[in-house]
Amino acid sequence: MSFLALDGVQKRFPGGVLAVKDFSLAAERGEFVSFLGPSGCGKTTTLRMIAGFEQPTAGTITIDGVDMTRTPPNRRNVGMVFQAYALFPNMSVADNVAFGLKMRKRTGPDIKRRVVELLELIHLPDKADRYPYQLSGGQQQRVALARALAFEPTILLLDEPLSALDAKIRVALRHEIRDIQRQLGITTVYVTHDQEEALELSDRVVVMSDGRVEQIGTPFEIYNFPATAFVASFVGTLNALEAKVVDPAGGRLSLGDHEVRTTSNLAESPGDLVTVAVRPEMISLAGVDGSAGDAADPAGLNRLPATVDDVAFLGSVVRVKTLVGADRTPVFIDTFNNPSLAVPPVGSQVRISFPPEACLVLGRHAVPDQTDALAAAEAML
Amino acid sequence: MSRSRPAIDARTPGALESIETSAVDVEPAPRRRRGSLWAWIVFLLGTAYFIVPLIATLGVSLLAKPAFAAYSTSFADARFLGSLTYSFVIGLITVALSIALVVPTAYWVRLRAPHLRPVVEFITLLPFVIPPVVLVFGLIKAYSRPPLPFTNSDLGSSALLVFAYVTLSLPYMYRSVDAGLRAIDIRTLTEAAQSLGSGWLTIIVRIILPNLRVALLSGAFLSLAIVIGEFAIASYLARPAFGPYLALLGGNRAYEPAAVTLVSFGLTWLAMIAISLLGRGRGARSRIQIAGAR
Repeated sequence: MSFLALDGVQKRFPGGVLAVKDFSLAAERGEFVSFLGPSGCGKTTTLRMIAGFEQPTAGTITIDGVDMTRTPPNRRNVGMVFQAYALFPNMSVADNVAFGLKMRKRTGPDIKRRVVELLELIHLPDKADRYPYQLSGGQQQRVALARALAFEPTILLLDEPLSALDAKIRVALRHEIRDIQRQLGITTVYVTHDQEEALELSDRVVVMSDGRVEQIGTPFEIYNFPATAFVASFVGTLNALEAKVVDPAGGRLSLGDHEVRTTSNLAESPGDLVTVAVRPEMISLAGVDGSAGDAADPAGLNRLPATVDDVAFLGSVVRVKTLVGADRTPVFIDTFNNPSLAVPPVGSQVRISFPPEACLVLGRHAVPDQTDALAAAEAML
Repeated sequence: MSRSRPAIDARTPGALESIETSAVDVEPAPRRRRGSLWAWIVFLLGTAYFIVPLIATLGVSLLAKPAFAAYSTSFADARFLGSLTYSFVIGLITVALSIALVVPTAYWVRLRAPHLRPVVEFITLLPFVIPPVVLVFGLIKAYSRPPLPFTNSDLGSSALLVFAYVTLSLPYMYRSVDAGLRAIDIRTLTEAAQSLGSGWLTIIVRIILPNLRVALLSGAFLSLAIVIGEFAIASYLARPAFGPYLALLGGNRAYEPAAVTLVSFGLTWLAMIAISLLGRGRGARSRIQIAGAR
């Protein structure tokens, strides 16, 4: 039996808004599961139902085999870390960490020992007497984590805990969260809209959209084998090219005058329009004559002519924006930064190539909304 | 390579912000000086409005011969300290009862029933509309016979006085508490406490009340100030309070009322300072902070 099980959970708010629809999940003991999705997709509502702050309108929630669906939050033994830290301003760091233990009527020496233990775990042993306002955002969130872990909860819930922190601290703290979670082996549910965070931290990711589960899988599965158009577009940057089906069984498509081969066995009929999605890092760049590209440009690759529109350095990665076809569809190419390689100048004619297995064919009626992904990529250029 | 791109363009993070910031910083100095002058004028006028009557009262109190005779006569009267003490005690009980009534109500309305806020606000404003004389007549009419004959005993009448004062202080106490609750993220703090195993009483006593310290003190000061000088209700309930004593003194003596007024004014301030100092517990070192705000 799963340690945490959500079975057909639904949440309808007064007024009729259906925030979560038929959500089912089975998480094992010690697993790190992330809920990933855009704002308003129902991920936080689902987390709040696990915590007991919201009551499901249908379905059940069981923790370690016990039905907790109607159990009040203070009797669930679930630790929670909030985006806004939620440290008690009137209490010192030590008192904040000790609060859950005091509620459980632990003895004084036991509380003292546990507080010291937790403050060492979060690397703040010298901050016991400080008040929350005397700490930085990162320190406050570490104290909030220690407070949530102090009473040894059965499950740890984190609701976008790093959103209020700056980028550098966010990365450092997420490594710390992962280390602590592994060290304690506690079952953890983490809510985030940051795909990088979800992919790096999680054993499994639940991608949500519009109150529904789109896909549950390992970060590798989610990124490389997206189950729906939404997952494909939401996780990572995606280039979407409109193509016409030529040979459904052979997975052959036409993009203007050029043929694009895929490894998919298509359900569409010849002449139907579909969208071919390709990750930026799966595309290679070569001069129009085949020069300056991969030394060995193996046969069997899809090749398309393109015009370089912009080039941006993103540190270790160089992102090249090209325009493909008569309708000048933007196609982004990510390549590792290598000073010895020449980058094509803006306006030059190039050839882009990608293997058939990198093509994800999405039905005409399931074209992912690329607005956000493309806007993000544009913003980097 | 995009070498032709400008070093900073509109998309460069912070570029526009820095331009806007610098625009804000360049404020003409003369305008600031003019603003400062007006501020001083308003401040001095406000100070004069409060200080001049006090100086005039002091002047009247010193007209008695020999000097300070009005003060010595007042202190010699046992009813002076007795009535003042009675009013202070009633005031403190009023404050305690108001807090016990208003804090859970305002907290619950903010947390669980925000749609009831206009109703509760209207109810708390009623003491501004209903004159104390009407209120006290209503109370006497309702509580001078069974099943709740409060006015039949001194203790019952004093209890009735406290209830009336709690009603009178509602507008001040509710607004102070409501403003205090607005300054803290009560929903998240409540949920954090719940997830740590707290029940409602623990949340109110250990989390909400300590974080409302400043708001409660301000509500308490206002309530105490009203109670100390209140005349109509105390008089109709025949209570030995300071307001009726002062009115009685004013009808019989020339200079003593001025002396008593000044002394009671000073004592009230001392009491408020004492409450303020007592209120500075361990947690007072912590500033009220909106969770998550940096």
